Amino acid sequence: MSNSQDIEINEKQEFTITVYTENQIGLLNRIAIIFSRRKINIDSLNTSPSEIEHIHRFNIVINETEDVVRKLARQIEKQVEVLKVYFNTNEDIIWQEMALYKVPTDTIAELVSVERLLRENGARAVVIRKDYTVFETTGHREETDKLIEVLQPFGLIEFVRSARVAIIKSSDGFNRKLREFERREPGQDVIENEFLDAEKNVFSM
Amino acid sequence: MNTAQEDINTLTEPKKTISVSGSVALLEGLIAEGTDTIFGYPGGAIMPIYDAIYDYKDKLKHILVRHEQGGTHAGQGYARTSGKVGVVFATSGPGATNLVTGLADAQIDSTPMVCITGQVYAHLLGTDAFQETDVINITTPVTKWNYQITDANEIPAVLAKAFYIARSGRPGPVLIDITKNAQLQMFDFEGYTPCDHVRSYRPKPNVRKEYIEEAAALINKAKKPFILFGQGVSLGFAEQEFKAFVEKSGIPAAWTILGAGAIPTDHPLNVGMLGMHGNYGPNVQTNSCDVLIAIGMRFDDRVTGRLDKYAKQAKVIHLDIDPAEIDKNVKADVPVWGDCKETLPLLTALVEEKKHTEWLAEFRAFDKTEQEVVIQPELNPESGEMTMGEVINQLNILTKGEAIIVTDVGQHQMVACRYAKFNHTRSNITSGGLGTMGFGLPAAIGAKFGAPDRTVVAVIGDGGFQMTLQELGTIMQSGVDVKIMILNNRFLGMVRQWQQLFHEKRYSFVDITSPDFVKLADSYYIAGKRISEREDLVSSLEEMLNHKGSFLLEVMVAQEHNVFPMVPQGSSVSEIRLK
Ligand SMILES: Cc1ncc(C[n+]2csc(CCOP(=O)(O)OP(=O)(O)O)c2C)c(N)n1
Ligand SMILES: [Mg+2]
Repeated sequence: MSNSQDIEINEKQEFTITVYTENQIGLLNRIAIIFSRRKINIDSLNTSPSEIEHIHRFNIVINETEDVVRKLARQIEKQVEVLKVYFNTNEDIIWQEMALYKVPTDTIAELVSVERLLRENGARAVVIRKDYTVFETTGHREETDKLIEVLQPFGLIEFVRSARVAIIKSSDGFNRKLREFERREPGQDVIENEFLDAEKNVFSM
Repeated sequence: MNTAQEDINTLTEPKKTISVSGSVALLEGLIAEGTDTIFGYPGGAIMPIYDAIYDYKDKLKHILVRHEQGGTHAGQGYARTSGKVGVVFATSGPGATNLVTGLADAQIDSTPMVCITGQVYAHLLGTDAFQETDVINITTPVTKWNYQITDANEIPAVLAKAFYIARSGRPGPVLIDITKNAQLQMFDFEGYTPCDHVRSYRPKPNVRKEYIEEAAALINKAKKPFILFGQGVSLGFAEQEFKAFVEKSGIPAAWTILGAGAIPTDHPLNVGMLGMHGNYGPNVQTNSCDVLIAIGMRFDDRVTGRLDKYAKQAKVIHLDIDPAEIDKNVKADVPVWGDCKETLPLLTALVEEKKHTEWLAEFRAFDKTEQEVVIQPELNPESGEMTMGEVINQLNILTKGEAIIVTDVGQHQMVACRYAKFNHTRSNITSGGLGTMGFGLPAAIGAKFGAPDRTVVAVIGDGGFQMTLQELGTIMQSGVDVKIMILNNRFLGMVRQWQQLFHEKRYSFVDITSPDFVKLADSYYIAGKRISEREDLVSSLEEMLNHKGSFLLEVMVAQEHNVFPMVPQGSSVSEIRLK
């Protein structure tokens, strides 16, 4: 066995794992337990369609060493309904998170120049009502975090941040392969449980 | 009115469809997949399937087990000896949850299985209906794939996919959960088409020629090459290819317990067993070889001992069909991805014919020491109580290495794996990765159904036998011929050994009492005998082997005998203890 393990490989850092999958019920659980059984915390998880019909993608962010991430990626790729797994450091991707902030309209209007605040923080107002206002900002973690600090003194009522969505800088080659793959053998629509809707009298929540 | 089967028989012209129930379509699919035996247990949510199988008794043999766990182990035994997919039926709720141990065992030991569970009506899903349990989510970590069917139209394609996934690539267990409405639903059945492709699933990685070349170059330069082989060889039906590789390269080869038998025990290049209770030479030489060639094995911690002191001096070549195994525990210098049935012949073609006489002689020297210190006293004790080893040794002599040996888990398992002789592949059936006590008896039943022409001997401890002894009822009712050997040391021996060695002999809940096993067998109409004297051993083994039908032989063995050699947990393989 070779001893030439890179120091870098053993340092924890943020990795974004991109998983291309079939759209299959239960797959989220299959993927999630690959992390949980190893006691690895998922920092952020997003599922969405991809650019290709029938193919879904997951973005999973964890803080781990490259060695561990590579092993996890192989375990994920082993799942029957997974097409392909990539893992990237932050340099390899373009990524964004979106955050919403709810503040009391009267305080915020009284105490600051809202316009300047929005401009300085790259934010915009989504809703302005008499009782509250909702701002939105999109960016990296530091940016969305900064606005929390700014708004806290004005009685921030609610804050929520979305999962990370990320685009891989060098994804052209794979996209071509994926399109060709879907063209040759189109995927199928997921079969959902139509019975649950049909039997409203039985299932209620 | 035609029976469903008569209707199916008319399904000859292409594109013709007939209306059948989901249950009938399922059974037709099983037959098309070559299933001849099902191990199962009925219940409310799977009743439509059991109603259908009533008409299929001539085509599908259903073995009524006594507990669904026994069903899964029987399915495993069947799969392991036959090379086919084991099939198990269970009802929803408790029937389904009883499958979990067997699924976990099959998952970690890569055993191909298709388990069918009944489920409550689809419209009741999520309502905590009677015997509803979320079997899909319960079994997700212990299946290669699972799927819930709520509409009969899905049955043929999903079943075909299940069989394909279970048996292809690195095999494993698959579970299909079928709601009762889908079992009952009539639909237009177009016949059954087996599956040979799932678009998102790559059963095996492509073979990379450059790695084969790199591996061959390393092997050809090596002075002290060493082969470790696992179950991958037999799972890949690559025994011939493996033998050709070993014989041409002249490299000594050692096995994991699931690899045993892929080449005969007596083969001159077979140097023995790896791991915690493996042979002296293979363990020590792991840390002195210069090239380690791992074939279809996964470097389990019971094999490697302390990883940071494992084969550090060697270049590692790892042949495996599962890319996730490469670099998982031991970093490979040359990863030979692929099915060893394909990669081994490519490698054989490139390796030079060699003898490695001196290197092999080193293994012989270690063997000589082990023979003197451990093996001869174990196999041929001159006085005192009988040892497990001598029982296995006498069994070897009588069966001449032709028998299938199924073991349970514990000291007797390690002794059986160490000393049993195997002339043939698919003959050592044991619970390796999960170490499931209770595996032995039901697995032996399945093993016999999977290889009806061979003698099947189950070697079981007094503790493990009591975990699944209800399967004596399955033996009684099915009439299957299984020879049961209980090696009774009046202890949970393996745990006792650890308590003796590592817990100052504080024997905490390891002295286990047993019923009269012979009387117990008798109450199931199974012949039996108990012996405690050495002079009765050979004649009793003969009596067991010659008996027509099942036989239970209880052998009273030394109570506090330990299995050696041993690599203590946390030690390096080269720190193996002989006593
Ligand atoms: C289901 C299960 N429970 C517990 C264990 C832990 N365990 C491993 S070996 C062993 C003792 C087995 O005793 P016995 O069947 O009498 O075999 P022996 O070791 O005495 O040959 C135990 C309790 C296990 N492997 N499986
Ligand atoms: Mg015992």
